[in-house]
Amino acid sequence: MKRKAKVLLEECVACGSCVKVCPRGAIQVVKGMYANVEPELCVGCMACARACPASVIVEAPAEMEGAS
Amino acid sequence: MRKKSIRSIFDYTWVFTVVYFGLGFFNILFAWLGLICFLIPLYGALFQGNKAFCNRYCGRGRLFDLLGGKLGLSRHRPAPLWLRSKFFRYGFLVFFMAMFFNMLWGTWLVFSSARELRVAVKLMWSFYVPWGWAAGSGAAPWSLQFSYGLYSLMLTSLLIGLGVMWLYKPRTWCVFCPMGTMTQWICKVKNGNTNEMHKKA
Ligand code: SF4
Ligand code: SF4
Ligand code: SF4
Repeated sequence: MKRKAKVLLEECVACGSCVKVCPRGAIQVVKGMYANVEPELCVGCMACARACPASVIVEAPAEMEGAS
Repeated sequence: MRKKSIRSIFDYTWVFTVVYFGLGFFNILFAWLGLICFLIPLYGALFQGNKAFCNRYCGRGRLFDLLGGKLGLSRHRPAPLWLRSKFFRYGFLVFFMAMFFNMLWGTWLVFSSARELRVAVKLMWSFYVPWGWAAGSGAAPWSLQFSYGLYSLMLTSLLIGLGVMWLYKPRTWCVFCPMGTMTQWICKVKNGNTNEMHKKA
C-alpha cells in the first residue's frame, strides 16, 4: 500500500527541520505551531522523518495521510 | 526560483553564530549582540504569530544543520523520550528563564556596587572560566557583567546543543531550546488550539 508521512501534531515542536529536507516541498510549519504534510505532494520518501529531531513523523497509509 | 535563492542565503546565517562567539572571545562587550537571538524570535511570535526565525533565519539551527547534517558530526539516533517530553521542554524553559533573571540580578548587584565585577565566563551554570583578556577597557562594570552573563548563557547552550547534536540528531537542541519552546507556546496561544486549527485547515 502507498504510504505517506504523517506528523503527530501534539508532539511537533515546529522547528522546521523537516521543511528543509523535503524534496517535494510537501511539508510546511503552520503558524509556528506544528508541521503539516500536503498529501498530494508527498511521495513517502520519509526524509522528513529522518531529520525530525523530535521523531514525530511516522509513515501512514495514504488514506490517513497528512496529520493526525 | 527567486524563493529558492532567498532560502539559500539564509542557509548561511550560521556565519553570524560563529562570528558572535569569535568576537566575544576577544571583546566580551560583543555579547550584547546575543539579545538579537531573543528579540527577533519573540517579535515574530508575538506580532506575526510564526516561528520564521526558527524555520529560516536562526544561525544556531543552521549551524547544527551544517555540522550534524552536511559534515556528518551526528550519530542520527532518536533522542530519548524524556528529552522530547513536554515536561522536560517546559521545565528547561523555566530553568533557563530563572538563570536569565539570575544573570540580570547579578548585573544589578554590580550596577549598585553591591558586588564586584566577575571577569569570567560561567559554563553549565557552575564552572568559572577566566576570561579577563576580553574585558577591554572603559566600559561600565555592569555592562561588562551583563556581557559575561549573556555570553555564558549563549556558550553553555551552544555546548549542550553540540553535545545533543552529536549524540542524537543534528537539530535535537531545537526540541528543548527555550526560545523555540517559548515562541511555539506564544504561537499556540495566539493562533489557537492545535486540533481546532487542524480541523479548520
Ligand atoms: S515523506 Fe518525503 S515527500 Fe513526504 S513530506 Fe516527508 S520528505 Fe516530503
Ligand atoms: S522536524 Fe519534526 S518537530 Fe520539527 S517541525 Fe518537522 S515534524 Fe515538527
Ligand atoms: S529552536 Fe532555538 S536553536 Fe533551534 S532554530 Fe529555533 S531559536 Fe534556533
